[in-house]
Amino acid sequence: MRLSYYPGCSLEATGKEYDQSSRAVCTALGIHLAEIDDWNCCGATSAHSINSTLALALPARNLLIAERAGFDVVTPCAACYNRLKRAEHALRHGQDPDRLVGSAFGDFQGKITVLSLLEVVVKRVGFDEIAAHVRRPLNGLKVVSYYGCLLVRPPEITGFDSAENPVLLDQLMTELGAEVKSWSCKTDCCGASSALASPQVAAGMAGRLLEMAAEAGADALVTACPLCQTNLELHRPPGTPRIPSFYFTELLGLAFGLPGVSLWLRRHLVNPFPLLQELTLAY
Amino acid sequence: MVAYGKGLVQDGDFSRVVRKKSGQPIERCYQCQKCAAGCLLSEYFDYAPNQIVRMIQLGLRDRVLQSNTIWLCSGCQTCGARCPNGVDIAAVMDVLKEMAIAAGINGGAPGGVSSFHQMFVDDIRRRGRINEALLLARYSLKTHRIWADLGAGWALFKKGKLPLFSSRVRRRQDLHRLFLELDRQQWGELA
Ligand code: SF4
Ligand code: SF4
Repeated sequence: MRLSYYPGCSLEATGKEYDQSSRAVCTALGIHLAEIDDWNCCGATSAHSINSTLALALPARNLLIAERAGFDVVTPCAACYNRLKRAEHALRHGQDPDRLVGSAFGDFQGKITVLSLLEVVVKRVGFDEIAAHVRRPLNGLKVVSYYGCLLVRPPEITGFDSAENPVLLDQLMTELGAEVKSWSCKTDCCGASSALASPQVAAGMAGRLLEMAAEAGADALVTACPLCQTNLELHRPPGTPRIPSFYFTELLGLAFGLPGVSLWLRRHLVNPFPLLQELTLAY
Repeated sequence: MVAYGKGLVQDGDFSRVVRKKSGQPIERCYQCQKCAAGCLLSEYFDYAPNQIVRMIQLGLRDRVLQSNTIWLCSGCQTCGARCPNGVDIAAVMDVLKEMAIAAGINGGAPGGVSSFHQMFVDDIRRRGRINEALLLARYSLKTHRIWADLGAGWALFKKGKLPLFSSRVRRRQDLHRLFLELDRQQWGELA
């Protein structure tokens, strides 16, 4: 399988280990990733907060470059996925930015689509293939899956899993041998958008999620978003449970027995090694 | 424009403008409060999302644009996905932020939330990509919080998560064209 790869700015900095683990897992699954040539920032929260046209035009440039390459676009970052997917939706339905994007970069033919890496792994690769790659099942690891906002909403645009009770990440973790705990916060907001301007709000939101995860009996959260992962580990208020947050790709790598896993995990702000050592999962 | 006691000003055009810019059927809201019930951030808001919608209906422009709600709303879309009348409140909040900036009202946080967004977009205009380290540093300096933010920045830096040098877009003329075109269209809209 060949796909155009959009890393996005976070995956070059705060989410570096998400980039590394995504690329490694794709290689292991026989997915060939070609980075979109000369990609630009998707605009994230800031562009849509101050200018709705810009918020669609920025990701649109990436889609037009990718369309020339001819392969569907995959991105691990939930936030980039959301922005790219919205741009795809707007271009397909001939909405406002069309005129702007058309005059700046040319027309979108609609031959390619945007996918999140989670969607590629569960829908295009499939659970059977994943199970066949598991060398070191994650026995004993109790996790809650945490989708956050951007992978599942708005449902008419994202649409690959349920908006209220998505289950694909749960199923994926079960395939890897982890014990998935049920909780009601799967798609709750982590508050990362307030991290800089109102850190106490971000901390309150992160703290609540960590408390709820602990109450559900989880030792760790599994996420697909670099903003959530950073917020959960960086803005954890003092006194809340010290629970690590893993990228789902890191747990795939761990279960596949890929080299380099410990290098990814060493970048975490909440040290996950004591937990993994206790369960004899570290290597 | 109608003025009541206690400085309450009703702008008859406000709700029409917000409706048009956001494309949202604000008039359909019947105050079921499902949006507020599911909004995790509403405990930090001065007005709950359903109150914002009602105030738009009533044309209470200044109250709406000065509220901290529009800046603290994370755009998580929980409300929009659940509203029985299909009101995408996050899209409404974005329009309100744009209008607040145009009116010179800049979020409640120190230094303003909108100034962060503006710095972010300026970075894209210049480099095409965001350098998180430089952005964090500039924002902390601007908001005089460099010492408070240093701890978080250092924690990330130690883990190799804030590289000082980062990649940029090569064809920056693409971005120039885009921003020029954007400016041109906005001038067109104002004219
Ligand atoms: S959920 Fe929709 S109809 Fe109900 S109060 Fe909120 S905006 Fe109004
Ligand atoms: S989009 Fe904003 S108003 Fe709606 S639930 Fe999320 S934070 Fe609350």
